[in-house]
Amino acid sequence: MDKNIIIQLSYLVASILFILGIKMLGKPATARRGNTYSAVAMFIAVMATLLIQGVLSYTEIFVAILIGSAIGYYYAAKVEMTQMPEMVALFNGFGGAASVLVAGSEYWRISNEAHLQLNIVDGITIVLSIIIGAITFTGSVVAWAKLNGTISGKAIVYSGQHIINLLLFAIAVVASVLQIIYPDNDLYFFIIIAIALVLGILVVIPIGGADMPVVVSLLNSYSGIAACFTGFVLNNQVLIIAGALVGTSGIILTQIMCKAMNRSLINVLLGGFGQTSSSAPTTGKSDIQVKEVGVEEAAIIFDSASSVIIVPGYGMAVAQAQHAVREFADLLEKKGINVRFAIHPVAGRMPGHMNVLLAEANISYDKLIEMDMINNDFANTDVCLIIGANDVVNPAARNDASSPIYGMPILNADKSRTVIVLKRGMSAGYAGVENELFGYDNCLMLFGDAKSSVEKLVSEIKEL
Amino acid sequence: MDVQTLLVLLYVLVLASFVGFELIAKVPPTLHTPLMSGSNAISGITMVGAILASGPSPFMYNASKVLGLLALVLATINVVGGYAVTDRMLKMFKKKK
Repeated sequence: MDKNIIIQLSYLVASILFILGIKMLGKPATARRGNTYSAVAMFIAVMATLLIQGVLSYTEIFVAILIGSAIGYYYAAKVEMTQMPEMVALFNGFGGAASVLVAGSEYWRISNEAHLQLNIVDGITIVLSIIIGAITFTGSVVAWAKLNGTISGKAIVYSGQHIINLLLFAIAVVASVLQIIYPDNDLYFFIIIAIALVLGILVVIPIGGADMPVVVSLLNSYSGIAACFTGFVLNNQVLIIAGALVGTSGIILTQIMCKAMNRSLINVLLGGFGQTSSSAPTTGKSDIQVKEVGVEEAAIIFDSASSVIIVPGYGMAVAQAQHAVREFADLLEKKGINVRFAIHPVAGRMPGHMNVLLAEANISYDKLIEMDMINNDFANTDVCLIIGANDVVNPAARNDASSPIYGMPILNADKSRTVIVLKRGMSAGYAGVENELFGYDNCLMLFGDAKSSVEKLVSEIKEL
Repeated sequence: MDVQTLLVLLYVLVLASFVGFELIAKVPPTLHTPLMSGSNAISGITMVGAILASGPSPFMYNASKVLGLLALVLATINVVGGYAVTDRMLKMFKKKK
């Protein structure tokens, strides 16, 4: 059989396995197998590519793959589950950078080989591949730095921000058109790369920490779209199919995240959320009177409850409290108390962040309930324990039309008979608004580090 | 590339996107992080492009090939790291009896 047919058939098999893999990722029971299918698909696609005539430098290719595998595997094995958002952001960036480099390589090859001529279709695909790839690369690196605290997670805003971005984008478009018209001029090519790299930084800089789930999802989508365009550059179907799957997955997650915050994608991308409102009331003439509770008293409240809902938030991840929380939940269950977890879609720094942390702590995934499924149950619940969550339980989203978070779907924690909030201090949530829940009659504050508070609760309840 | 080929590739893109939308809209929130890191690994399919770019003529270095090899290292990190960490995560998703 013709070698080329073998290669194309292998690509077809790989594409099928990618699709099946994604399908299986949709159910907890089959998800792990789905991931393996997808990895096998990748292996087949890579092997088939190595068969292609013209691929001759096997030694160098194997060395490169070996280096990449070692770095990737090492990082994957040692990363903490709380650092997952950073890792995904960084890997997105690598994917984007790889797309830029491949397109650059192809550009150089076509423009330097005498018998080849860069035509319009090649020009457009290469330019698009470079722009999307470069924005993905620097944008992801900024997101990574924000998530791990290398640079401030706060939204960084300055005047004229959007005008500068628009101007840069316009220049990039003009340079792209010129590049396509005059394919032999390398100058435009470098202008496009430079601007796209800068744009990636500027676009992510104004977006604050709690909006990161949207950004990480969107960059994930971009890395797929970049792979897609690389597929167009190289006339390769498997790249297009795999890239399209990633692209759509990122877009869907982005939409889910935006909906969960009741904000449009444009609003998130324009950035600066929470900045204006947080600067005004920081001097804190708060009219919210909170009631504090001690560990002993809280322990008694839990002990006499028959149903408890735990609402975890980013604060739980920061305090690394997930294992203590598991111990707490187990203890209550042993006492015959019904314990469940209510997960808000944007809790944490990436979609599904809380689920991964609680899974790491060995909490059964059927205890983790989505917002829409559990919201009606709060009213029949004795105690709601809020661990490091704030805006997602702020009733102002329902009641106060002047609040920046008004209209955002929230967990109805305030409806439960007693609410106990674990919190370091009285600081406002990400949106910069005070949480009126903390002043409610049924709300008690237990100040301190989330992890040690939960640990103290556990030992206190054991002594009862 | 001619326009005919481009059209075929566009067909592939559009159909694959529809499949993607159908499949991924059904993924429950519990699995959103693994979905993201798993699909992130898939985006490392650029490896295929990187191999093609670093392919020709062993040990004859030019800009095209150096860029290709660099791309290959990055894409491989993306692929291997992405699949490995997704597997690590999914191993933890258990239902207690």
